Amino acid sequence: MTSRRQFIKISSAGLGSLLVGGGLRAASQILVPDPDQLSIDLIRTPTYCEVCFWKCAGWVYKNKDGKIWKIIGNEEDQHSNGRFCPRGTGGIGMYYDEDRLKTPLIRTEERGKQSFREASWEEAFEYIAGKMETIAKVHGPECIALLTHGSGGKYFGQLLKAFGSNNIAAPSYSQCRGPREVAFFSTFGEGVMSPERTDIRDTKCLVLIGSHLGENMHNGQVQEMSDAIDKGTSIITVDPRFSVAAGKSKYWLPIKPATDMALLLAWIHVLIYEEKYDKDYVEKYTFGFEQLKEHVRDMTPEWAYGITTLEPGLIRKSAIEMANAAPAVIIHPGRHVTWYGDDTQRERAIAILNALLGSWGRRGGFYNPESIAVPDWPHPEYPKPNRTWKDAFPGQYDLVSSSLASGICDATIPTISKACNFKGWIVNGTNLIHTFPDQQKTIEAIQNLELMVVVDTMPMDITGWADVVLPECTYLERYDSIRNSPHRKPAIALRMPATEPMYNTKPAWWMAKELANKLGLEKYFSWNNIEEMLDWQLKQVGSSLEEMQRIGVKTFDRSWDDLYMAEDEEAEFLTNTGKIELYSTELAEAGFDPIPVYTAHEEPPQGYYRLIYGRAPMHTFSRTSNNPNLTDLMDENKVWVNPRIAKLWGLEQDQQVYLENQDGIQSKFPVKVRITERIRWDSVYIVHGFGNDNKKLTRAHGKGASDADLITRVHIDPIMGGTGMRGNFVTFQFEPSETTTGS
Amino acid sequence: MNPRVDPHLEIWHWEIPLYLFLGGLAAGILFFAALSFLLNREEKASTAVRITPHFAVVAILIGLLALLLDLNHKAYFWQLYTTIRLQSPMSWGAWTLMLVTPLAIIWSALHINTIFPSWEWKGPLKQLEAFFSQNKKWIAWAMLLSSVILGVYTGILFSAFNARPLWNTSILGPLFLVSGLSTGAAMNIILSRDHAERSLFAKIDIGLIGIELFLIVHMFMGFLASTQVQIDAARLFLGGPYTAVFWVLVVGMGLIFPAILEILELKKFKIPAAIPAILVLIGGLMLRFIIAYAGQESRWLY
Amino acid sequence: MRYAMAIDTKKCVGCSDCVVACQTENNVPIGHCRDWVVEVLDGTYPQLEMELRSERCCHCENAPCVRCCPTGASHKSDGGTVLVKPHKCIGCGACIASCPYDARYPHPDGHVDKCTFCLHRVKEGLQPACVATCPTKCMYFGDLDNPRSDISRILKNRKWKTLIPEAGTNPQLYFLI
Repeated sequence: MTSRRQFIKISSAGLGSLLVGGGLRAASQILVPDPDQLSIDLIRTPTYCEVCFWKCAGWVYKNKDGKIWKIIGNEEDQHSNGRFCPRGTGGIGMYYDEDRLKTPLIRTEERGKQSFREASWEEAFEYIAGKMETIAKVHGPECIALLTHGSGGKYFGQLLKAFGSNNIAAPSYSQCRGPREVAFFSTFGEGVMSPERTDIRDTKCLVLIGSHLGENMHNGQVQEMSDAIDKGTSIITVDPRFSVAAGKSKYWLPIKPATDMALLLAWIHVLIYEEKYDKDYVEKYTFGFEQLKEHVRDMTPEWAYGITTLEPGLIRKSAIEMANAAPAVIIHPGRHVTWYGDDTQRERAIAILNALLGSWGRRGGFYNPESIAVPDWPHPEYPKPNRTWKDAFPGQYDLVSSSLASGICDATIPTISKACNFKGWIVNGTNLIHTFPDQQKTIEAIQNLELMVVVDTMPMDITGWADVVLPECTYLERYDSIRNSPHRKPAIALRMPATEPMYNTKPAWWMAKELANKLGLEKYFSWNNIEEMLDWQLKQVGSSLEEMQRIGVKTFDRSWDDLYMAEDEEAEFLTNTGKIELYSTELAEAGFDPIPVYTAHEEPPQGYYRLIYGRAPMHTFSRTSNNPNLTDLMDENKVWVNPRIAKLWGLEQDQQVYLENQDGIQSKFPVKVRITERIRWDSVYIVHGFGNDNKKLTRAHGKGASDADLITRVHIDPIMGGTGMRGNFVTFQFEPSETTTGS
Repeated sequence: MNPRVDPHLEIWHWEIPLYLFLGGLAAGILFFAALSFLLNREEKASTAVRITPHFAVVAILIGLLALLLDLNHKAYFWQLYTTIRLQSPMSWGAWTLMLVTPLAIIWSALHINTIFPSWEWKGPLKQLEAFFSQNKKWIAWAMLLSSVILGVYTGILFSAFNARPLWNTSILGPLFLVSGLSTGAAMNIILSRDHAERSLFAKIDIGLIGIELFLIVHMFMGFLASTQVQIDAARLFLGGPYTAVFWVLVVGMGLIFPAILEILELKKFKIPAAIPAILVLIGGLMLRFIIAYAGQESRWLY
Repeated sequence: MRYAMAIDTKKCVGCSDCVVACQTENNVPIGHCRDWVVEVLDGTYPQLEMELRSERCCHCENAPCVRCCPTGASHKSDGGTVLVKPHKCIGCGACIASCPYDARYPHPDGHVDKCTFCLHRVKEGLQPACVATCPTKCMYFGDLDNPRSDISRILKNRKWKTLIPEAGTNPQLYFLI
């Protein structure tokens, strides 16, 4: 058991430090004589998808004219099983989007004015390298940070580490799934990972708490949910909105928003006091059961009823449903979980429920994923930075394993208390204006920078704030590092260019390597071209670039036969006590509640409604908001309003309104009303990623409302610094206010 | 969401209703020309026999142009004449026009002297004219029959579509035929200088308007006694968005009011005969437009 | 041979992957579609029921579009599939008006366009593009004359409906309910 865990630790450590780079060679194309392919399918090249972070592996097909025609899944791939989601299928729109960034740009007027001149790559690199060196000299190299949510970030990460900074952060942690990772680490000694280790295909009961699988198109999970429906799995959904998953559920709990913790504690109460928990499992593997039992003594369904508005009978019935399915039950930890500021504790309650039902490490619960170790191309040791982002937050966030993107943003605004002020940002593939809550703060931080570089394929809102814009070619036009994610079986996948880059765009690895040369850091990028590096790496794991170009995905056998825990296994968990901690010693030591406690959250004032946001299956944040294929499916978001509320306000279907939040901040653009019974009367709902303000996005500009505009009140999770964003309330306005800044 | 299909059908714009109106008008004109001739009323109804058919030719040609404009794949229109498809109203229409158009042209050619007294056919055309003159009776019979088919067809083009509940009533064939005859009669009233002829067609028109009103009432009774989708279709006119425009412009101004005017005129009140006739023409045009547009809004709900 | 398709409304999540897969496979111009997703909601909060389904041409046995086509451009092909020959189509719009499912649209090139059941793929032994890509595997396609085909079996074992059967079109697009 221990050996496997050490192994996982090693391989996941290896994940973050793959070294890639090189010179682009003409893409090799593979003729497919495969009889099960269409005769018209002449040429295909492997890729893995970049439209979202699920990174499904697939094939890019070209037509007879050699133009990219379609993308379909690779059947060998465990992420996609040969079936892409709408965004992956529509990924060709990223390539064909005529609004793409086409050449390097250098700012000519003040930031945010969207005024740029075209520049050569040489000139752009000179500018960046010069600024980086100045910042390093005056403030230290640690004052440059990388904020990334794209594959290309790997190479800029390499560059930054070589330069002397390890302030590399992805908003997917502090704005998304960070709380669940911390909570599961403190409970089981391991995180949930991505793709999630949920064994949905074999579960008998799937519980979704605010998680809208199906609208949230995490391919593998949606596929497995569908398989589970086929097998008669009962689904329990907790959501103030009648989500797609709720529509497929045996029990839908239309909870009052922000009261989930009370429900979770009541469920724990029912399982314990009706003795429906897995006694053997709890006795054998867990720590702190008696404290937990005592803690939830009075947290009956009747108690929760008053808080959640959910009938006690429904709470009881749903708890029994889970218990009857145990251990093949999943209380899903969700993915975007930065809601109310006590999110780590809510995720802890979810982890505890799973522990009580014995689903961790069991078939139909949570499996043990495995990946293989792909070694890095050898490079000299990186210099040790003097400071990190954490120095700006003394005594805080000690349980955090990743850098906080929002922490870096906070530490960029100079204050007396923050020791580490950032002077340079490199932003790769993330539209921070929409990613971070509280746009004014983000802009204030940017205005304090001496260098702001944006690497992207599209002119997003964030590119308007850059000093230098580096146009990245799309994932269909480039090599990237080997995809090596943990799964039921270890597997790797290759992305290679299907075609030459359009316009004057370049892959991120090329940019990073060129910048390294400018900065005198070429020894860290000692490969000649990326094919050489990938081929070397692949040969270390028994494959080769030639083989991967042919097969796209290579699956390996597991090293240990331990997808699930054996029946009587003497398991040791990577926690302080070596047990699953129902009572968290780690949190207790850090001064937090060792067992989750219900705290009431603020409720919307009269005439205001809680702003809930989510995903649509055809879009990934604002990244896809201008994609011609995907805007064809959905080109704007609408604000969902319950018919009772619509009547109260005299709203009509598709009427345009402005949303205004509790701080008087209005949406930049009007948004259409969707009157539907699918939303509770105390809430409104919009899909995230719309309301883009960059006029260069000809399809996306001014379409719908941005929730990020309206999230000005952020509830920081004291345990891990996550930005709780669901504590904002909006009302309807029919005229734009004077301060509305949309163009 | 396909443009011109969603959220409701907008595949046919002004071209088709105009084409149907002009087709019905031509049918009415040719019907009365042929009928008057066959009943030996050529002298009494000389305008209807000798003059108005020229306008039918113009109407047909403009109608055909409108039909061509409606086609999205215009260069392929000749495909219509590569096959006869008995179940397709469009095919019926194409072939009926193939029959009616030459008949109307021949008939007009035979009477061109009424308009241009000095006109003279020359050479082979003169021989051709002589041939047609000898067989005028047969041409009249063919015209009578084909004009009825044309008139009915203008309604059947719509009523054959079960997908559009408002159109899916067999009353539409007779209704459009009668409306076409009524507009034909109206044309004769407008063009005739002879009071007796005007009175004759005014009487005929009053009768036709009566039949039209009966058919319209009958149509709505049928809808309201039918399935939900047809009840919904009828509601477009009974409280729905087309209520005012249909009952005021078509039934009021296009049928009842001109009928009253015609009756008054027959009772020797001084009313210019052209006014009710023009109202009838406008009413006939409006009827086609409203049925075309409202029909595209009516649909099955599922 | 009688081709048919079935959509499992219990599994469909309404993601529209079928739409974009069809568009790319068949080069359907952006702004148009041969298939689409419908959401039907019943009830009032919180007593709600929702049906999601992917719709397209029903390839009706008694197809009004084929009947009303004046040139024979709309015709029945292999396995009862309803197809359009673009070079015979005059773009009169009669078939579009005749379809109770609004499954046809005017192609910018002038002719009428619609779902083909991806017959070009089916002939190669592949599934239609929408069926092959659907992440929920909620779509089934095959030959109803073959009792062992997926589609025959699923229609035998599950409750199903068709859309507007009272229109008399005998549609070959089934919805598992």
